Amino acid sequence: MSLMTLHNLTVRRGARAVVADVSLRVEAGECVGLIGPNGAGKTSLLRAALGLLPAEGEASLAALPDAERARAAAWMPQSREIGWPVSVETLVALGRIPYLPRGARLRPEDRAAIDAAIARMELGPYRDRPATQLSGGEQARVLIARALAQDTPLLLADEPTAGLDPSHRISTMQVFAALAAEGRAVLVSLHDLGLAARHCTRLVLLKAGRLIADGPPAQVLTPGNVGAVFGITAYQAETPQGHVFQPMELAR
Amino acid sequence: MRLASALLALCAALFLGSLLSGPASAPAGASLMALVRDDGTPLSVVMREIRLPRALLAVMVGASLGLSGAALQGYLRNPLAEPGLIGISGAAALGAVLAIQTGLSLAFPLALPLSALGMALLAVLLILALAGPRGASITLILAGIAISALAGALTSLVLNLSPNPFATADIVFWMMGSLADRSFAHVWLALPFIALGWLLLARLGRGLDALTLGEDAAQSMGLRLPRLRLTLVVGTAACVGAATAVAGAIGFVGLVVPHLLRPWVGARPSALLWASALGGAAMVLAADIAVREALPGRDLKLGVLMALVGAPLFLHLIYKTRKEMA
Repeated sequence: MSLMTLHNLTVRRGARAVVADVSLRVEAGECVGLIGPNGAGKTSLLRAALGLLPAEGEASLAALPDAERARAAAWMPQSREIGWPVSVETLVALGRIPYLPRGARLRPEDRAAIDAAIARMELGPYRDRPATQLSGGEQARVLIARALAQDTPLLLADEPTAGLDPSHRISTMQVFAALAAEGRAVLVSLHDLGLAARHCTRLVLLKAGRLIADGPPAQVLTPGNVGAVFGITAYQAETPQGHVFQPMELAR
Repeated sequence: MRLASALLALCAALFLGSLLSGPASAPAGASLMALVRDDGTPLSVVMREIRLPRALLAVMVGASLGLSGAALQGYLRNPLAEPGLIGISGAAALGAVLAIQTGLSLAFPLALPLSALGMALLAVLLILALAGPRGASITLILAGIAISALAGALTSLVLNLSPNPFATADIVFWMMGSLADRSFAHVWLALPFIALGWLLLARLGRGLDALTLGEDAAQSMGLRLPRLRLTLVVGTAACVGAATAVAGAIGFVGLVVPHLLRPWVGARPSALLWASALGGAAMVLAADIAVREALPGRDLKLGVLMALVGAPLFLHLIYKTRKEMA
């Protein structure tokens, strides 16, 4: 089942197209990694897909009414804003806003979703702490939990692992993989190609707003693509744990 | 809930205190009896025509300032935002100043507040036109600063060119803000606007909560940012414009009250709305009692007292914030 469809999506900033003619489908059960160098248009693509940025072409989520879209896809922006020193639990509970009737209190099913999200991101001990007093990495996990509490079929996340330590990078990607295995889908932009190769079921490679490659990690991260798009060489191997990708040198 | 009952009790006690405060001294029991039952005595006139509207206006003005301060801080995610920021109070003051200067305020009693309201309305239209349709906060701030500066400059110009020293003194005193000598005519004039403002601002809780995560994430949760901003601006303009029109410029309430109460509601912007409305009402009631009791017979202005109390309070908050940051 397709959870998101983009058809010839183009985003212009002035005369320049920062996303050019990208067509993409995300199916249930996929954990899709969106990769590309700085300025490739990853963030613009995600925001335009949600209708947060004016764009030409078709985007299935952007076409939905606001309230319906909020129940179809959750969005975790790159800027990790936490405006007020609210408790972790209160912050995660914000993810339930799309489901709550106006003025209603949290219902049992909302509480269950909040508890599940907190448990999934291992935030139990922080539950009553003000979110603004946590470290950057802990705040990132709280915000992922907020997006999980929204309980949508599709999760779009922009650089969710930036600033996390190795163990939380891995556990975050495992959470995304588990969501996909449950029949949901995740579209996540990543700079860590090793993490992307290891945990994503599929990679989408962007360069200067154009889609260069789309497929399983080993088929996208070819030496030719890696050299042409990122300007690096890499050591790659198939292991029993999956595809291993280690950037090595700048390509000459 | 405990905070709500505490604030309500405080407001009720201060309302009673405000009714019993003033130059006409009479036993509390007799005063309240005269308030409830019109027995034709002068005390009854004092209670019904002078003190009751004054206490009611204190509640209306204080709640408006507190509520709109909390809403603006929530929308901008900035604890330094206050109702004056979007230029409505400055524009309302300009309207009042023009009414005093032209002598219109002497022609009929409600000319001054009506002129202030008209100018506030003009300012709202200007701000909405300047801020643009996309709902961003930065353009709203810039438009507000521009309107504030323009209104301030025009007010200074009127003072500058004023040929009449009495009018100038009137203007200066009016701008200090006061609830003295107000009547039920002022209450009825301000009430519809203030009620409309309260209704609009009270609806913002959910959107302001969502904005804790930033504009992008809030929109992805189904929030319509342009509509939220429109509701905020019209709501603030209606209640702050009307409050300024009847009471003059009263600063610090909208800034300090949300700041003081934030820790008590777990920093949730939606809960801060009603808490700040009650807190603002309590603060203005208390200040209006203080101006009558501190220097009886000297007509101490409410806005002056508020700034005198508010500034040190704010310094204390800065000190506390600095300690938390260290």
